[in-house]
Amino acid sequence: DQVLHIVPETIQQVQHLQLLCSTFMLDLWKPLLPEDIRAGEDLHIRVPAPLVQEVKDSLAQHMISYRVLIPDVQKLVDQSMPRERSNHRQVSGGYVYTEYHPMEEIYQWMTQIQKNNSELVTQHILGKTFENQTMYYLQISQPSNKAKKIIWMDCGIHAREWISPAFCQWFVKEILQNYKTDPKISRFLQNLDFYVLPVLNIDGYIYSWEKDRLWRKSRSPYENGTCYGTDLNRNFNSSWGSVGVSFNCSSDVFCGSGPESEPETRAVAQFIKSKKSDILCYLTIHSYGQLILTPYGSTTKPASNNEELMQVAKEAAAALKGKYGTSYRVGSTALILYNNSGSSRDWAHTIGIPLSYTFELRDTGTHGFVLPADQIQPTCEETM
Amino acid sequence: RAMELPPGHFSAARAAAAAVGYLRYLRGGPGCGLRLRELRRARRQDIDDVGHKYYLDLELEDVLDKDRTVSCTAEVLYHLGSKTSAPDVQLTVQGELRSTEEADKEFYNRMRSLEKELVAENIPDSHGNVPPELEPIHLLAWVASGYVIWQNSTENTKFHLAQVKHVQQVKRNDEDLQFDFVLLLHEMVSQ
Repeated sequence: DQVLHIVPETIQQVQHLQLLCSTFMLDLWKPLLPEDIRAGEDLHIRVPAPLVQEVKDSLAQHMISYRVLIPDVQKLVDQSMPRERSNHRQVSGGYVYTEYHPMEEIYQWMTQIQKNNSELVTQHILGKTFENQTMYYLQISQPSNKAKKIIWMDCGIHAREWISPAFCQWFVKEILQNYKTDPKISRFLQNLDFYVLPVLNIDGYIYSWEKDRLWRKSRSPYENGTCYGTDLNRNFNSSWGSVGVSFNCSSDVFCGSGPESEPETRAVAQFIKSKKSDILCYLTIHSYGQLILTPYGSTTKPASNNEELMQVAKEAAAALKGKYGTSYRVGSTALILYNNSGSSRDWAHTIGIPLSYTFELRDTGTHGFVLPADQIQPTCEETM
Repeated sequence: RAMELPPGHFSAARAAAAAVGYLRYLRGGPGCGLRLRELRRARRQDIDDVGHKYYLDLELEDVLDKDRTVSCTAEVLYHLGSKTSAPDVQLTVQGELRSTEEADKEFYNRMRSLEKELVAENIPDSHGNVPPELEPIHLLAWVASGYVIWQNSTENTKFHLAQVKHVQQVKRNDEDLQFDFVLLLHEMVSQ
């Protein structure tokens, strides 16, 4: 069932809507009675699933525009019921995916995930951070005798974007919970391997838990230890240092002392380079903004495969919107956001990875980086 | 002479942020918090010797009355070469905003009845939570940040309120309420 939001513009539209309501016995949520429908006022109607298409066609025929307020009423009802934990227990002993977790717990989670799903998951070392924390990625790979292409996804390159690592964890859980029963996921795994790096900027993430919730960068010291942190997403070797950066360490967009000056950047870059001919898609998850960004940030000149990039991204945004009505904008960083250089996504594309995207998850500024934990589930579900 | 902008273009989004800041300053309060749902349309006019003017169609909602749509048109004029003056913003809100008289009165009375001056920090907290009794203070912070954001907006900035770091109620001898806020603003472009 869906709930539609309509603002009728003319008396004719009001009359048509009143007719629709009585003919189909539609459930009016606002106003309460058909006779209270007025031009220029909000109308909310619940349309039973079997009638949705017919009603939408009728609206289109009469040039009445509408917006889907609730795309799935049942889902909303289910969500407001206390959740069962049994599913989660199967995958990794009661881990709560609808809460934010500190790094210590994420390390434990990775170990558990591999233990409980060893037929599919292996944990690998990518490298070390400046503060010597080990960077691990999870490889989700169904054993097969055919060579498979890779989809890489990293989360948490910016410390304060907590919804991002939460999404990576959710993503892994969803795949592992449903690969046997969901035909789409099982088909994915037959042809593709997923490599997931749940937290790229571990030092920064820990710092955002312990000292400064709104920290963004890494924690490497500069200027004799008077200043800390490089913006890892300005540190990659893609037009490094050219635009949208600062050479001053105290800036939040300090690009480091040179391309790949940071151990975290090098760890990721080295690995991706070594596998690049097999990597089909590079995804890097951020917040906030509700955007799917394509290359490039350093120039408005479109990428060589811009049409393909845009088409895939638009389809993703449409699928995302179909879940809860959340709008994501699609386009290149230079057009939608700002100019920047040295981003991981741009670098991945320049070394030849055809599909390279930055996702900026919820929201659009109301909560910004401090997205409430009760939005973890809807954010992750729609992004899946 | 006004050029249509794709509503996703960064210059339109930045002007919208400035307009929303001004709107929150004008119309927000402990019982009313307006947020931008969607930028529906944007146009830009470059006026010789004056500056850049943006014409925006905004779809907003009051976070305390989410089912309702608030439509608003805004004109944002950034003055040429000015580093210190705020953009001129003109707003027209379509229809009436719902009355907050009761909510405002309740908030006022509650604050007046406190034994000690209110102090709080980190709103929302690290996990995004705001205790319900602090929500009106949170919305007052939106009003305050709206003013600061409007005053400091340029075509190269996009401000959002990141967090209320600290709020302290100030003791007064008259019947007014006074709060001192320390606010953290996120500037999207320079981060």
